[in-house]
Amino acid sequence: MAGFDKVVTSYADAMAGLEDGMTVLAGGFGLCGIPENLIQEIKRRQTRDLTIVSNNCGVDGFGLGVLLEDKQVRKMISSYVGENALFEKQLLQGELEVELTPQGTLAEKMRAGGAGIPAFFTATGVGTPVGEGKETRIFNGREYLMEEAITGDFAIVKGWKADRYGNVIYRHTAQNFNPLAATAGKITVVEVEEIVEVDELDPAQIHTPGIYVDRIIQGSFEKRIEKRTVRSTD
Amino acid sequence: MALTREQMAQRVAREMQDGFYVNLGIGIPTLVANFIPEGMEVMLQSENGLLGMGEFPTEETVDADMINAGKQTVTAVKGASIFSSAESFAMIRGGHVDLTVLGAFEVDVNGNIASWMIPNKLVKGMGGAMDLVAGADNIIVTMTHASKSGESKLLTECALPLTGKGCIKKVLTDLAWLEIEEGAFILKERAPGVSIEEIQEKTQGKLIVPDHVPEMVFA
Repeated sequence: MAGFDKVVTSYADAMAGLEDGMTVLAGGFGLCGIPENLIQEIKRRQTRDLTIVSNNCGVDGFGLGVLLEDKQVRKMISSYVGENALFEKQLLQGELEVELTPQGTLAEKMRAGGAGIPAFFTATGVGTPVGEGKETRIFNGREYLMEEAITGDFAIVKGWKADRYGNVIYRHTAQNFNPLAATAGKITVVEVEEIVEVDELDPAQIHTPGIYVDRIIQGSFEKRIEKRTVRSTD
Repeated sequence: MALTREQMAQRVAREMQDGFYVNLGIGIPTLVANFIPEGMEVMLQSENGLLGMGEFPTEETVDADMINAGKQTVTAVKGASIFSSAESFAMIRGGHVDLTVLGAFEVDVNGNIASWMIPNKLVKGMGGAMDLVAGADNIIVTMTHASKSGESKLLTECALPLTGKGCIKKVLTDLAWLEIEEGAFILKERAPGVSIEEIQEKTQGKLIVPDHVPEMVFA
């Protein structure tokens, strides 16, 4: 590595420095746009007591679900979970803690975390279990909750293409939480389908500028589909 | 006769206007897309980051990177845009979406909605529902009027934990179209052949019945 070149060539290097008890922000929505190889690397490392911030927790045997198999996750901060039987079991047995967070609030917590904003006010969750114990304020006659930003020791992100300087673009709806997670990690690792030379990507089309990115790795992806839905063409 | 799911979707579709940006929840709301009047342009927002959701793909065009908020594979229409989750909820919270349609377990006379959590059952999460109800001004809730065992879902006060407080003004059930005003449900329309008495019987919260309550008409 030299200068702005962020490329690493092994997954071990990509996740170097990950330790027990850390907080990891993960991009993805369902199984779409998840950093599947970086998740596998966390499993290989057997890092434990992790707090994972991600909209969902994968499924049994794929995505973040694989980190449940060896009980590596202590706490999930998500908007929707339980597509996997193992998650449900560990939750009911008290081996896993979950902090359910409204999806828009979760996205904004990451955005704020990356943007140096420690907290923000939102009407989302007022008068619901989410609002319990949180500070509120009235603005223009409406009640708002104070929600605190989230940052992570690591952010793991799935991009489509990146250049060697870590400028990233995402493909279609695989964008989702990825650019937000990318801004809010102390160490942000992006895995992509293709690394291109500097100057190949149009600067005006970059979703995540390289300033947020610490490591880039090229991988191959299964891209499993959670709910394949097609129309008939008869 | 209580409305079928398709008829409920058909009735909701009548609230569409040309040029509307609309978010449709899972279930009956999703069916509304099938009944958008011919010649009307409506753009569907999917909160995972897609404005301009199209039909399901064919076997040949399925793309793992192209899904909706229900995690189903979808396509994009001409003129669509794709963006991050933060941008998506900025649209929702910022009041830019013209109409939101979503399901619920209960609503009450004060416009409270409960749709995500049943105590002592596994809670999967609220997803984007709390943001949607807090951010939208124009929301239609679709649900059955009463549970299978006959218990009303239109209440004086929601018993289940809330999704949002004081944010619902319009409810379509399988029996009636109702609007919420000043602590009461106003009966605006009834399903074909459903009596006012039946609706009264199945509405636990305060119900105001105007002199004339038209029956919905379906082609």
